[in-house]
Amino acid sequence: MNRIKQLFEEKKNILSIYYTAGFPNIGDTIQIAEALEKSGADMLEIGFPYSDPVADGPVIQASSKKSLDQGMNLKLLFEQLKDLRKNVTIPVLLMGYVNPVLQFGVENFCKACAEVGVDGCIVPDLPMVEYEEFYKGCFEEHNLSNVFLITPQTADERIHKIDGLTNGFIYLLSSSATTGKNLEVGDTTENYFSRIKNMNLKNPTMIGFGISDKQTFDKACSYANGAIIGTAFVKAIENGDIEENVSEFMKKFKG
Amino acid sequence: MKYKVNEKGYYGDFGGAYIPEMLYPNVEELRQNYLKIIDDADFQKEFHQLMKDYVGRPSPLYLANRLSARYGANIFLKREDLNHTGAHKINNTIGQILLAEKLGKKRIIAETGAGQHGVATATVCALRNLECVIYMGEVDIERQAPNVARMKMLGAKVVPASSGSKTLKDATNEAMRDWINNPVDTHYIIGSVVGPHPYPDMVAIFQSIISEETKKQLIEQTGNDQPDYVLACVGGGSNAMGMFYHFMDDENVKLIAVEAAGKGVSSGFSAATTYLGKEGVLHGSRSILMQTDDGQVVEPHSVSAGLDYPGIGPQHAHLFKTGRGKYVSITDEESLDAGLLLTQLEGIIPAIESAHALAYLEKMEFKGGENVVVCLSGRGDKDLDTYIKYFKL
Repeated sequence: MNRIKQLFEEKKNILSIYYTAGFPNIGDTIQIAEALEKSGADMLEIGFPYSDPVADGPVIQASSKKSLDQGMNLKLLFEQLKDLRKNVTIPVLLMGYVNPVLQFGVENFCKACAEVGVDGCIVPDLPMVEYEEFYKGCFEEHNLSNVFLITPQTADERIHKIDGLTNGFIYLLSSSATTGKNLEVGDTTENYFSRIKNMNLKNPTMIGFGISDKQTFDKACSYANGAIIGTAFVKAIENGDIEENVSEFMKKFKG
Repeated sequence: MKYKVNEKGYYGDFGGAYIPEMLYPNVEELRQNYLKIIDDADFQKEFHQLMKDYVGRPSPLYLANRLSARYGANIFLKREDLNHTGAHKINNTIGQILLAEKLGKKRIIAETGAGQHGVATATVCALRNLECVIYMGEVDIERQAPNVARMKMLGAKVVPASSGSKTLKDATNEAMRDWINNPVDTHYIIGSVVGPHPYPDMVAIFQSIISEETKKQLIEQTGNDQPDYVLACVGGGSNAMGMFYHFMDDENVKLIAVEAAGKGVSSGFSAATTYLGKEGVLHGSRSILMQTDDGQVVEPHSVSAGLDYPGIGPQHAHLFKTGRGKYVSITDEESLDAGLLLTQLEGIIPAIESAHALAYLEKMEFKGGENVVVCLSGRGDKDLDTYIKYFKL
């Protein structure tokens, strides 16, 4: 069974952590994954960097740029992930923009994901229609979940369509924003979260963008199956010892 | 109409709307409404009124006699440099600001390279009393200081883009990020025929006034609305698309698009996209772009800020791939020399962008008597510093 599906069947209040591959140092990718699992993360999203990340705020932009400058690319990332499944048992997704995937080749990409034990992908600028026509077959053949994003502006009809097209989880953006903005849970956000909760979607939901501490995490969990933390984590591991930084950061949520 | 966009937003293999979900409602709103709004009689009336009384259209089609004598062909210059604000960019910003008003938007954002599109956007925002924010690469802010001052005078906020190469591509990224963060009240006026569908089509429609007028003027002046050649420079490609638009289906009219070779196509400092690029996705559409094997976008180079872009619009990619258009390139030096030549033969100082198109005349062979239209997309006032430095004036 797909690890993502199993996780959502077995657990509540899921904590998923995003980090950029090859950051802060090019060789850190696997060490961070292992440290996160050890400190209690439930799921991982590993970002493969792109030169023009339009959906990202300054922190993740900077991490992507540093990673690229240090020589990261998809080929190298898949080499680094060869031993991923030696010590990492939780679900792992790759997250990044469509152009590197296109150049790597969709077929090759899916195959490489399956070989190293990646369970799914998040490609924010891959449109639903393109996915359906050109990617879905290949993703399913390799047992990969494709995760779509929705925002407070996404219409119900479109949410149902996304729900029908995906089989991992749905990524709820707390607001229409680039990554790293703070979550302000006002009435409109609560209404939106409640609206989604009441739609009885077949897929579980995860809330992302703007989750940075225990309080915002708990709040998100009251509306969804869990939450995703990206920018706050990337910032926390920028300098110093990886193991220490990861365990310090995770204590805030799992303490 | 075989080169126009299809119902899925594609030109052959190119186009589409590769955007994060955050931009979907905005782009979808545009997609559903742009043709309805543009085709509306009141919209057309207001657009054409402004084109005439505010922009100063129709722009002349000028038979350049001394240039013609030099090349042995009839060289016609489509004088977009004479438009208000000094370039073709205003055609599109007038169209889009009217459209933004119809959509009820209160705030306008735009990216700019040379500053021409930024000035044209700030101008229409002043005209219609809308808040205006312009994203411009740090490098471009430095090399196009007079245009930065113009935008500020017009009341726009100029925000430096300091990521990546700090030029047009990065200004575009920043504008897209702004739009993501302001999803309801903001309209993004993209300045070229790039971006997610329907932008390439919408911008081409507004710029198509260039070729619409040219055809009428050619009939008056030559008795034939079909010239032998049509030339235009290409960065993202908006003046070229406007210049080609009504000639695309006239298969006997040769379309020549001139890209910026920078210091030479193989120098590592170039913006010759069709020569150096591969198919890929940038800024919301599938097109041809300069990139590494890993799909990372490569920093372009051109002496002209308006051509300093690593991609081309999807419709250009289609014209290139089908062979309908011939895509060539001109170096920094060749363009500057052509700029000086036009100045001295015709008394017109062209923008360095437009000088790329003029420079290609040197490489063409004419039998004699062919009719050739060159889009003189902008005037060279903004480039005086570059000309002065190069020619040690």
